[in-house]
Amino acid sequence: MAVEVRIPTILRTYTDGQKAVSGEGATLSEVIEDLESNHPGLKDRLVEVKDGDHGTGDLRRFVNVYVNDEDVRFTGGLATSLSDGDQVVVLPAVAGGAR
Amino acid sequence: MLRIEQETYDAIVAHARRDHPDEACGVVAGPEGSDRPERFVPMVNAAGSPTFYEFDPMDLLRLYQDMDARGEEPVVVYHSHTATEAYPSRTDIGLAMEPDAHYVLVSTRDGGNSAGPVEFRSYRIVDGAVTEEAVEIVPHTTRNDESRSQD
Repeated sequence: MAVEVRIPTILRTYTDGQKAVSGEGATLSEVIEDLESNHPGLKDRLVEVKDGDHGTGDLRRFVNVYVNDEDVRFTGGLATSLSDGDQVVVLPAVAGGAR
Repeated sequence: MLRIEQETYDAIVAHARRDHPDEACGVVAGPEGSDRPERFVPMVNAAGSPTFYEFDPMDLLRLYQDMDARGEEPVVVYHSHTATEAYPSRTDIGLAMEPDAHYVLVSTRDGGNSAGPVEFRSYRIVDGAVTEEAVEIVPHTTRNDESRSQD
C-alpha cells in the first residue's frame, strides 16, 4: 500500500523540507516504520515507547494523525489499517497553558 | 518584531476578555512567508480550562486544511493566561511546534472580563528557546509595501 503522508513544518527537517512524502504499509504502524527507514528520527517524534508495551509504543499525546480526515485515535491508533492512496496527515497539537 | 493591525489586536484582547477565567486561544493566519497576520481565527479551547488550552483535533485539521487551500500559515498563535503574567510557561515552551510563528500571550489577570488595558506580549519559541520581541500596532498593514515586510 502506498500512501501520502503530509509532514508539518517542524518535522520537515527530517524530510529535506518536503511537505509530503510517500510511505508503504498496511497499517499506520508499518507506514511509520517505513518512513523511519527513509527519514531516520521521524518515528521518535510521533511514537512514544513506554516500558511494558513490548516496544510497539503509542502515538505521542500531543501529536495528531489523521487518515482521510479521521483522527486515528478513533480508528485504532497505530493499528489503523490503510489502503492504497489513503492520505495521512500529521499535525502537532496547538496547546499549552499557564499550568 | 510583530507588526499587527489595531483591529486584530483588539479582537485578540476581546476574545481573551470574553473567555476569562478560561484561557482563550486562536491564530492569525497570513500568506505563507509574508509575516503578515491578516486573518483572525479564534479557536475553541477544547480543554475549557483556566490553566490549559488545546485546539480540538478536528478543528485543528480543518484550520490547517483551510490555510493550505489559501496558501497561508499561522503567522500568530495566541493564547491567554488568566492568573499569571503574559510569559510562556514551561508547558507553552515544550509544546510550541511552530518555529516560524509569533507566539502572542495576553494576560487577563488584571480586569478579568472587563475592558481595559492588558498585558500583550509576543515571542519566538524555537527548540525550547524563548525570545521576546517588540509589538508594533499599526492602523493597517501595508500589503503592497514590500520594503517593510522583511524586518
